[in-house]
Amino acid sequence: MALNRRLNLFGRYILACCLLVFFVFPIYWLFIISFKTPDEIFHFPPVWYPKNIQFANFSVLFKDGDAISVLNSLILAGTSTVIAMVFGTMCAYSLVRFKTGGENFAVWVISQRLMPPIAIIFPIFLLYVYLGWVDTYGGLIILYTAFNLPYVIWMMRGYIEDIPLELEESALVDGCSRWRVLWKVVFPMARTGLFATAVFTFVFAWNEFIFALVLTRTEVVTYTVQVTHYFGGQSNFWAKIAAMSALGTVPVFITVSLLQRFLVRGISMGAVKG
Amino acid sequence: MTYAPRAKHESTVSRQSTRMPDHNFRYWIIAPSVFLLLLIGLFPLIYSLVVSFQQITMTDYDTSFAGLDNYLHLFEDARLWQSIAHTLVITVIALPLELLFGLAMAHLFLEKMPGRQIFISLIVLPTVISPVVAGATWRLLFDQRYGPINQVISWLAGHEVVLLWNITPHLVYPAILICEIWQWTPFMFLILLAALSNVDKSLTEAAELDGAGFWRIFFKIVLPAIWPVMAIAILIRGVDLFKIFDVIWALTSGGPGTMTETVSIYTYVQGFQQFETSYTAAIAFLIVGLMSMVVIWAIRRMGLAK
Repeated sequence: MALNRRLNLFGRYILACCLLVFFVFPIYWLFIISFKTPDEIFHFPPVWYPKNIQFANFSVLFKDGDAISVLNSLILAGTSTVIAMVFGTMCAYSLVRFKTGGENFAVWVISQRLMPPIAIIFPIFLLYVYLGWVDTYGGLIILYTAFNLPYVIWMMRGYIEDIPLELEESALVDGCSRWRVLWKVVFPMARTGLFATAVFTFVFAWNEFIFALVLTRTEVVTYTVQVTHYFGGQSNFWAKIAAMSALGTVPVFITVSLLQRFLVRGISMGAVKG
Repeated sequence: MTYAPRAKHESTVSRQSTRMPDHNFRYWIIAPSVFLLLLIGLFPLIYSLVVSFQQITMTDYDTSFAGLDNYLHLFEDARLWQSIAHTLVITVIALPLELLFGLAMAHLFLEKMPGRQIFISLIVLPTVISPVVAGATWRLLFDQRYGPINQVISWLAGHEVVLLWNITPHLVYPAILICEIWQWTPFMFLILLAALSNVDKSLTEAAELDGAGFWRIFFKIVLPAIWPVMAIAILIRGVDLFKIFDVIWALTSGGPGTMTETVSIYTYVQGFQQFETSYTAAIAFLIVGLMSMVVIWAIRRMGLAK
């Protein structure tokens, strides 16, 4: 029995390692290309690891000013996340405490999240052209905020339900206005949920592509759009693709690894709590 | 002047008496969200509906009423229906595979093993990468000469093999599916792992003592227990697969020809490359209509809103 179990564990390790290679090798390859010299990138047979780690591919991005697209992503995702968190949490509070709109409103909210972006982006594009909002921070921030609101409302609804009602009631008895209760009791009590939801909202906006592709030209190009700018016919700028992708991916890896505890609840839209 | 202090006094009094829910407050706090949601939820729908009955193209701003012309054209548009078929093929193959692989992996990592958490943390990384970056990464991996995939295949085959992954018709779909499955199996895996860990162990152990086999326990006890969570994971992935755009944009751009053009790619081409304004509006309206029905039906059916 003991031998059997040990073999079983051994077998599981072999399988686990195979899976690890399949899921992590592509990421390794992406990052390793960003450190390679052009000779190493376009070498046949492929070079599995670079002789020297060099940062020329990254410094080119900064020298050409392409790296500004990472800053654009940061501004757009950061601002829209803050606004969506404030509005969304308020809305979620109303949904939980006052049952505003009932179940129909909740269904409508979450169905917005599942809507294909391509179906709404075309009318939005024409509206933005009319308003002169194309290729502006404001235009994209509004759109990202609106697009992420359903997720925030949905997630915060779950987190607010976990807050004990007594605290709010005693604050009301003490003479706090409803706005004060929201600001001084609900927001602090839900801070863990707020933080976790904010990080996911940020990552969704950070990784977003199709809205940015349609609504940016030169001024507010995000890193995802910038990556696709390097595709072109026969001459793909491999080093730039890899370096830009790496620049945009590292922040996501860092934030998500800090949030392991909330990962399941965050990506399952609250279906799994814990 | 004398009113000011009194007004202030009154406000503190009214503040003290707000023990009952203030009915305006509940609407004030949803107002900004509702406004923004209407902007992306209702405005595009109404706009698409209006414009889809006109004849606007890039060169011709013709707002005269065109009746159902655009909608009738939808039925004749073979490329549209092909793009829907492409999307469904990708969804129907990728979704069950992601589910099965995810489930199998969840079982593999369900029991304790040293280093389990490290394995899990690394394996879920693909899921948080931007889909565009995932597509770009696989484009580099699939490169016929400098990519490692053909190299590995050559080693296994014992002679040099050159596969043109994103050009050869019978290889583009496998390429897209591999990338898609690579990115989203960890998503299924993570959610199902959490769901499996929450299954009541005393039930499965009791069944085991009664001599029930693995599959019997799985279908009679485990599956019903994880189904609510699994259903939501399937819904989220199903909807995302139907919207698929970024990965294909980065990997094949819909090519070769229109072989891998999905609904989202086709709509993009019509709207932003061909500038068929009114016709694109009709397509958008069709997609929103279809998706709304399916999604709302699924949400209600699964009891997700509760």
